[in-house]
Amino acid sequence: MNSRSDVPTNENFEPVLTQNLKLPGSEKIATYLSVGGYQAVRKALSLPPDEIIDMVKRSGLRGRGGAGFPTGTKWGFMPNGKDVPKIVAVNTDEGEPGTFKDREIVEQDPHQVLEGVIIAAYAVGANRAYVYIRGEFFLGVKRWIKAISDAYEFGFLGENILGSDFSLDLSVHRGAGAYICGEETAMLESLEGKRGSPRLKPPYPASIGLFGLPTLVQNIETLACVPHIINRGSEWFSSIGTAQSKGPKIFSVSGHVNRPGNYELPLGISLKEIIYRHAGGIRNGNRLKAVIPGGASTPILPAELVDVPMAFETLEAAGSALGTGAIIVMDETTCIVEAVRRLSKFFAHESCGHCTPCRIGSHRIYEIMDRIEKGQGHSGDIDLLLNLVEGIDGNTFCPMGSALVNPVRSAIQHFREEFEYHITNKNCLVKTQIPK
Amino acid sequence: MGNINFTINGERIQAEQGQTILQAAREEGIYIPGLCDHPALPPEGACRICLVEIEGQRALHTSCTYPVSEGLVVNTNSDRVRASRKFNLELLLSDHPMDCMTCDAAGDCLLQDLAYEYDVSEDRYQGTKHHYSVNDPNPFIQVDRNKCILCRRCVRACREVNGVEAISVFYRGFSAYIGFGADSSMDNSPCEFCGSCVEVCPTGALWPKMSLGEGRPWQVERVQTTCPYCGVGCQLILEVKDNKIIKVDSAWDGPSNHGWTCVKGRFGYDFVHHPDRLEKPRVRKYLLDGKKKPAASKRNPEKEGNPWQWVEVDWETALGITAGKMRQIRDDHGPESMGFLTSAKCLNEENYLMNKLARQVIGTNSIDHCARL
Repeated sequence: MNSRSDVPTNENFEPVLTQNLKLPGSEKIATYLSVGGYQAVRKALSLPPDEIIDMVKRSGLRGRGGAGFPTGTKWGFMPNGKDVPKIVAVNTDEGEPGTFKDREIVEQDPHQVLEGVIIAAYAVGANRAYVYIRGEFFLGVKRWIKAISDAYEFGFLGENILGSDFSLDLSVHRGAGAYICGEETAMLESLEGKRGSPRLKPPYPASIGLFGLPTLVQNIETLACVPHIINRGSEWFSSIGTAQSKGPKIFSVSGHVNRPGNYELPLGISLKEIIYRHAGGIRNGNRLKAVIPGGASTPILPAELVDVPMAFETLEAAGSALGTGAIIVMDETTCIVEAVRRLSKFFAHESCGHCTPCRIGSHRIYEIMDRIEKGQGHSGDIDLLLNLVEGIDGNTFCPMGSALVNPVRSAIQHFREEFEYHITNKNCLVKTQIPK
Repeated sequence: MGNINFTINGERIQAEQGQTILQAAREEGIYIPGLCDHPALPPEGACRICLVEIEGQRALHTSCTYPVSEGLVVNTNSDRVRASRKFNLELLLSDHPMDCMTCDAAGDCLLQDLAYEYDVSEDRYQGTKHHYSVNDPNPFIQVDRNKCILCRRCVRACREVNGVEAISVFYRGFSAYIGFGADSSMDNSPCEFCGSCVEVCPTGALWPKMSLGEGRPWQVERVQTTCPYCGVGCQLILEVKDNKIIKVDSAWDGPSNHGWTCVKGRFGYDFVHHPDRLEKPRVRKYLLDGKKKPAASKRNPEKEGNPWQWVEVDWETALGITAGKMRQIRDDHGPESMGFLTSAKCLNEENYLMNKLARQVIGTNSIDHCARL
């Protein structure tokens, strides 16, 4: 299936992040403790914080929230010393279309994340942590709150955790339905009770974050990896994956596959293997047309590129990105114009409105996509779209503003004839090809 | 002199650590256009007009937010930069009324200046435009959201300079707009009508109601003066057309106000041309005639020849009568029969002189100041 020998398949891969999910009552602290939960916290508290940061650095763990920043390096950016209070902010604001991995972890195994939070806070010397969770995750909110109160009862949170001199308080804050609040600085603004709008960087959260204090912002899948690194060691973690993408990863597969869902697999596994072997292949035996490999903000890949290994560096080389690892599969019945129209509607709707190119540009892209899809497109509309993409890309205040250009540009690059057909024939190429 | 050396458009310049590219360029007289940036406000990075090209960087950067560093090579006017600026101006104008011919801000509008400089005249997108009603009922400031470019200068002036926080952004994306209080009218918000938002607005979105239709910037004479209201001494610039004040701006070089002022200085100028305004001193006729105060029943100041009639006199006469009366009260009833109250509107020098008048001329210590009341 895969020609590259250094790229692992899942033959001897053992899932760790999702290993508890099949247990009955997996969200309960008793279940978590019965399978050796919180052992990593015990071990971590016996080590000097620097050694934990070093372990995470050596593991090669990179952030799972989309940007893929090396986690240990980020922890190392936090200032040393106890003279200034520090904060850990846990990003559970999973809002990227196609992504549903964080939700499952939080709902089914919150203690795994909580253990990661405690270890991260101990490593960077933070005594206060906040969970920011997407407001629509009602069950997730309940599970977080229950997990936190149980952890207090068992002495994993609060004063002098497990008899050590380390203390940590943790509380949950619900979001109010904004995609932009998944961007770390907008999330901090929202946590402070303000409008969720990104901040100017620098300063980065590690120097001035929540309430002006040094803050570590981390996605929960990233944090869920941490207890396993502590328990099994950095070498175990870095033995999984490719040269620049280490460890297990949960891939959320959705769209036209037979078995959509979350699949924990080693980084570097090929997209083809995920779709055909794990997700059960394309529905109705249809042909694959295109895949969005990393969530709505990553460029669309045509079916020809489906052999690509799912790793940061390989997807970048293929002209896309790993993002959050959310794989959206589109079969031959999909109108790419309609798919991009929907994506552009999402991005226009979720623009915070701070900067000109995102606020007006994303709306103009949506308007043009909408008229092309409805058969009202003008002859120069593709050039107009490319001009908008060119003007917006890299020139927005935050990375979210530039995210929309990825699906639009890649769709025109790979499926230009569909756009042209819509404009010229005032009809959909796909609909005319598929028998009713 | 700065300690950081870097290059703008091939010219080596020096800057202070912590300055942005835009600040350093401005000090050197190098022009970088911008809409959301204002020298008196913290940077926002919103309009994306001040984008510059930095050697070795893939993306363009906003010069209003990018800190200078040693050896930086900046190009403020490359083809790529100009194209990007034009793109953003096109977007802004694609949701902006093209009514410069009747807009009060024409000639005093940064967006208009930049549209001219970058030759933006047509709307390539032909998309939806906002049609907000212009009906904020407050007495001072017209709010025309159709002309707003969401630069948030007003938000920052209100929040960062005045600490009032009456203005903020509501809703998101293309639906975002500037609003007041809890998305209410300006007079239903914490607004104090200092008009700082009007002063910094780069377009005609915020404009004094009293100035609407009164004249264009090129039709007025600009006269710098000191505000007559209080002892702060704000420097104001009166826009005068046909010998009538049509608008008041606050002066950025005012040593005590640094470009800001309050509701009275900015909007309280209608007394100047009011028909009821006293322009010369007046005294009652009986005082001028040196007679005793007549009975109140005879009071009819409108009638010619009535002892209560107001008579216009020169300052010498008016002050002479006042001084004589004060002296008489002191001599007849003693200095403690009089008290003096001074005003926060007066200068320190004036208050000092009042002190002298009370204690030395009249001989009483009964002097106080309105700020203590």
